[in-house]
Amino acid sequence: MTLTAPETSTRAAPAVPGRSRSTLTRRLVPYGYLSPTVLLIVVLMVVPIVMVIGYSFRDNVIVQENSVFAGFANYTKVLTDPSFLSALKNTAIFISVSTAAHLVLGLAFAMMLNSPLLGGVTKAIFRIVYILPWLFTIAVIAVIWRLLLDPAGVVNHVLQTLGLIEQGVNWFSDPSMALWAVSFVNIWAGYPFFMISLLAALQGIPGDLYEAAAVDGTNWFQRFVHVTLPQLRPVIISMAVLDLIWTSHQFALIWMTTGGGPLNSTEMLSTFTYKQAFSEYEFATASAAAVIVLLLTMVLAFFYVRSQRER
Amino acid sequence: MTTVKMRRTFAKVGVVSGLVVGGLFAGLPVLWLLSTSFKNNGEVFQNPPQLITEGFSFDAYRAILGDGAQLRFFLNSYIVAIAVTILTLLVAILAGYAFSRFTFPFKKTINAVIVSVQAVPPITLVIPYFGLIVALGLYDTYLGLILTHMVFTLPYAIIMITAYLNTLPRELDESVKVDGGSGWTALWRILVPTAVPGLIAVGVYTFMISWNEYLFALTLTRTDEMRTVPIGIQLLMGQHSYEWNQMMAMSVLGSIPVLLLFLFFQRRFIGGLTAGAVKA
Repeated sequence: MTLTAPETSTRAAPAVPGRSRSTLTRRLVPYGYLSPTVLLIVVLMVVPIVMVIGYSFRDNVIVQENSVFAGFANYTKVLTDPSFLSALKNTAIFISVSTAAHLVLGLAFAMMLNSPLLGGVTKAIFRIVYILPWLFTIAVIAVIWRLLLDPAGVVNHVLQTLGLIEQGVNWFSDPSMALWAVSFVNIWAGYPFFMISLLAALQGIPGDLYEAAAVDGTNWFQRFVHVTLPQLRPVIISMAVLDLIWTSHQFALIWMTTGGGPLNSTEMLSTFTYKQAFSEYEFATASAAAVIVLLLTMVLAFFYVRSQRER
Repeated sequence: MTTVKMRRTFAKVGVVSGLVVGGLFAGLPVLWLLSTSFKNNGEVFQNPPQLITEGFSFDAYRAILGDGAQLRFFLNSYIVAIAVTILTLLVAILAGYAFSRFTFPFKKTINAVIVSVQAVPPITLVIPYFGLIVALGLYDTYLGLILTHMVFTLPYAIIMITAYLNTLPRELDESVKVDGGSGWTALWRILVPTAVPGLIAVGVYTFMISWNEYLFALTLTRTDEMRTVPIGIQLLMGQHSYEWNQMMAMSVLGSIPVLLLFLFFQRRFIGGLTAGAVKA
């Protein structure tokens, strides 16, 4: 690592008057400014990743001292575990449903908030209301929705009054409902970030594009398809990939609403890995799962970086 | 003329009703949180549901604020989040300055590493952290939480601060250097004071991430002396699973710092955030 050497040598450099400095020291100055960052990332990012990869090829790690090399045994164990495979499936559904809904809601709300028909005060008030869900921590969001979606809770009461359901549904404990319930809560919690970014992007679209389209006699929908969407495309793509990545990291919401149950119906890769480590104390298996999660994320991150390059 | 006017009125009614429906979707759960925190616990699931009940009181808040264990969670969250914010800003200012004002070998590589760090799943790190933090003697300490939170606040902060410094003209630093000052002086005397609006946005966002962090707080602390508000809310859910009004009161109290920061710095925050998100 060429980066660790300059740390000490440049610490005093900026205080020394310019002309007495050698060229070498001057070249090392930027590394000096970067050294705290590099140190932190090496110790708390690079080393842990190497460690977890190491664990994943061994057995009896962390809890016992005499760990042995196990080859790909942990990976075989994880990849043939039916609950891992269902966690993979649930995660895929959860992140794609959440991201699609975040995009649709975020775009719809951003366009309404950007409407030229409304006054500034109306927009400002609605903007704050719309951002609200994003300002609550996941622990609070989990508690709110456990209250709202309780069998005796207000959501069930409203649905019963409207005649849509016969009796109170236990959304988080019904295996056929739980995955949709956590996805719904995650949709509620996460659309504002999309909305804020899309609102900024909408305000950045040059007005004359719309004027030119209006002169051509286009209607609202045609302008949306031919002007708005193409202009927003780069932001939409990078936000969508980012959201897929972030949603796949979601642990707290699942852990505090369903814990992965009932019957593994909301088990995600994150909760599966956590349980292997901190409930089963199978740190080696958990490490293999953690490395698989990392690899899957890297695939998404690759698309993110590529979408950034295209812009 | 009149048809144009009518169409405009129709469109306006459509947009406003859309906004109201969306506003109810966004706002009602929050209103219900607030309303439940003032109820007495027997009224939480009363039928039909009411927003303001006969038993309206501040009892749930009194119970939380009178409980030393709960107050400790708040103290811990403040200590960790404030320390993370200050340290993140310091480290990110230095890194942002390097990226913005210098060209050097491996600049692109280091930058790419910092960007991709954001994508690393916390669940992948939590297993080695458990071993590493224990080995470093940081298990169940503030420092353990502060350092692990910084791994996730730092990349975004560096990207945003670099972008902000790039918008400041280089003549600013040159003027200091002409007077015989160093780059270090230029950074702290000129660039940082000029960059305050951008730094506020970064600071608010950093505080939010740290205040809300759950997974590391759950796994890297063990005692109530070190646990933070999100874990406190979860513990409340386990201990007395039926004290809904207290859980809601704790949730409201736990949300106030972020809500206030957001309302206070709204404009700067959204501006800085979107600039970072679009360019990141």
